[in-house]
Amino acid sequence: MSEVAVESPRSAENYLTARRGVMSWLFTLDHKRIGVMYLASILAFFLLGGVFALMVRTELIAPGRTIMGRDMYNHMFTLHGAVMVFLFIIPGIPAALGNFVLPIMLGAKDVAFPRLNLASLYMFWGGAVFFVVVLITGGLETGWTFYTPYSTTTGQSSVVAAVVGAFILGFSSIFTAVNFIATVHTMRPAAMGWFKMPLFVWALYATAIIQLLATPVLGITLLLLALERLFGIGFFDPSLNGDPVLFQHFFWFYSHPAVYIMILPGMGITSEIISVFSRKHIFGYRFIAYSSIAIALFGFLVWGHHMFVSGQTRLASMIFSALTFSVSIPSAIKVFNWLSTLYKGSISLETPMCYGLMFIFLFGIGGLTGLFLGSLSTDVHLTDTYFIVAHFHYTMMGSTAIAFIAGIHYWWPKITGKMYSDAWGKFTALLLFVGFNHTFFPQFVSGSRGMPRRYYDYEKLLPAHPDFHGGHWLSSLGSYLVAAAFIMMAGYLLVSIVAGRPAPRNPYGGAGLEWQTSSPPPVENFTTPPVVGDPYDYSKLRFDPRSNDYVRVA
Amino acid sequence: MFASPNAVIIAMTEADQATHDNHAPFLAHHFDSPRQQFAAGKLGMWLFLLTEILLFGGLFCAYSVYRANHPEMFQDGHLFLDRYLGAVNTCVLIFSSLTMALAVSAAQTDRRRLLVGSLIVTLLCGVGFMGVKFVEYKAKWDHGLVPGQERIAWFVALGWLRKDSPAPERGYQPDADYVRKHLAEHGEEVDDAEATRRAAGLFPFFGCYFGMTALHGLHVLAGMGAITWVLVRSIKGHFGPLYFGPVDFVGLYWHLVDLIWIYLFPLLYLIH
Repeated sequence: MSEVAVESPRSAENYLTARRGVMSWLFTLDHKRIGVMYLASILAFFLLGGVFALMVRTELIAPGRTIMGRDMYNHMFTLHGAVMVFLFIIPGIPAALGNFVLPIMLGAKDVAFPRLNLASLYMFWGGAVFFVVVLITGGLETGWTFYTPYSTTTGQSSVVAAVVGAFILGFSSIFTAVNFIATVHTMRPAAMGWFKMPLFVWALYATAIIQLLATPVLGITLLLLALERLFGIGFFDPSLNGDPVLFQHFFWFYSHPAVYIMILPGMGITSEIISVFSRKHIFGYRFIAYSSIAIALFGFLVWGHHMFVSGQTRLASMIFSALTFSVSIPSAIKVFNWLSTLYKGSISLETPMCYGLMFIFLFGIGGLTGLFLGSLSTDVHLTDTYFIVAHFHYTMMGSTAIAFIAGIHYWWPKITGKMYSDAWGKFTALLLFVGFNHTFFPQFVSGSRGMPRRYYDYEKLLPAHPDFHGGHWLSSLGSYLVAAAFIMMAGYLLVSIVAGRPAPRNPYGGAGLEWQTSSPPPVENFTTPPVVGDPYDYSKLRFDPRSNDYVRVA
Repeated sequence: MFASPNAVIIAMTEADQATHDNHAPFLAHHFDSPRQQFAAGKLGMWLFLLTEILLFGGLFCAYSVYRANHPEMFQDGHLFLDRYLGAVNTCVLIFSSLTMALAVSAAQTDRRRLLVGSLIVTLLCGVGFMGVKFVEYKAKWDHGLVPGQERIAWFVALGWLRKDSPAPERGYQPDADYVRKHLAEHGEEVDDAEATRRAAGLFPFFGCYFGMTALHGLHVLAGMGAITWVLVRSIKGHFGPLYFGPVDFVGLYWHLVDLIWIYLFPLLYLIH
């Protein structure tokens, strides 16, 4: 039953060529085109946030003033955080890759509400415009967390524009979540039960639950913050009987679950990739699926661990600390299942797999260092040091961003219809791995020795801590390696669009439905209804060297 | 009077068979059947309502915290609200929920005049509610009870665009004389110093009151917009037993808006 011969996939019109012109993109309801526009926008903001990061690292490469003044430094690290969190990591995987592959993985023609999907893209752009306004009209120097009363009283920065932007981005995120949940519930083919869904879909589903339940609370919090700053209504202002710690509770009630909005889709991508490139059925399917839901639910109960030193009661801190450790259980379940999948697998180290393995390694470090921060006594010592900076960069960048890159490489042939250079891909992955650890590992060391985060300068700390300079120097150097890796990646991916070899239907031998349609897919996703089976059963797929494609054999 | 849900589903199932050959009107291309479209829409609406509850949830939470911290301020604050107007608005909204439910039933059973009529009555109830709300807000504004009032006035008058009008100081102080007189009306005589102190303490209550009722009012306005939309489509005859989703979904939204008010009324107007 070779399906390849039935029709030539490349002769048919695909979603990229079916209609032409800018308007056909701006007014499209096709989830694939919306996903591609999301992808391009999100990567543009990743570049912007990356430039801010390089500015920060360059300033810190030597003690004293290096390239900018103090206020500018405050703007830089705040904008780096705000842009990366709100415009890159949170929408990243779900809105770009999820939008593209989720309906195809379910064998559906589109998401449940295509207009809502387009509206979410416009809201994303709308929110982004506000951040551009922030850049032009005075910047932002409050830290991305907008803590009161600093955010309501500091004179120079455009807090209101940033807050309104984040509010709009929140609704964009909610719209995507509503769409995904409704799509998963109502658009699956009859033959695909809940436990025949790919694990990436489970991860997106769990993510959507968090987006849905947490984001509105951020919405109302930001609304109150904007009113507070504009009119002084006093909700969070102690001089007007308000409570600034209440702001932190509200903020982290969203923003802690939001870290699982960031990591869960990355875990989903890893589940796909580890299984495909080990040529082995995923180990513990149900455990991985349920652990996504468990993380989504536990994630709501631990926000207080951001406030161990913010004046909550000792009892509350103890409870939040204990609950924090509970989240590590489902995370560890996933890691052990991935390792068991690898065990005795037939591992092929193609580019997506390099990033998939990198994810497991870096997430391991990021997750285990979280235990130090979840313990009350060590956290008090490590709060607001570079240790925490390193910890969350290992999880947000080392895990989520790396998984995002893994996903981009894994589905790149499907999205663009072109193959990129695997050799360049692997070399870049190695460079990125070295650069990343070069940047952030020294921060664990400096942080545990007391280097405070967000400091503009460390010259006066040097007499007591001469090693701080070496740590910053290593870290800044590593950041240039990371930048070089991303430039190379942009290079070979762009080259592949122009000059890449046409992608076959199933270049990596995946068993999900997205590999049963042509690359790139037609507008309606499938010309013939896909055959639903076990998404991790590779026994029926054989590599065909003539077409470089994996074909299904009876 | 109300169509049984089972009968409706049976009708939709029969329509499912027909749609493969004959595309039903208003069936989006990516759905296989009207039933799938309805199920997706209904789930989507419930999910959206969930986010609305959480949006208000933040304010309910803030209310609980401030009321637990300052019970005496909430006791004072509620004296400044007119519980009769609040009760009238409660009745208006509950009645409008009834007419909205009638509209849904009328759409399912293809009774267009009842549908249009019920929607118009629902819409008028919304207008009435907002009218009463306006009267209440106007009185609060006139007495200087709106938190941040001076800055709001300055902002609305576009003072922030003019160089010669600096922003008023942040801070909030209702007229102590008015507060003293009002407390006297409720049988409590206080001196000027005490009145000033009590006036300053009104903030957390009115912060909650305006935060919650203004957000609710915006939702009523949004609901009225949505009702207008389905009203226009009803007049055009778009709805019937096979396609009544929008009426149903707008109805769900309207009930939620109603329900939130049912919680707001006792929490704000009926404090003891």
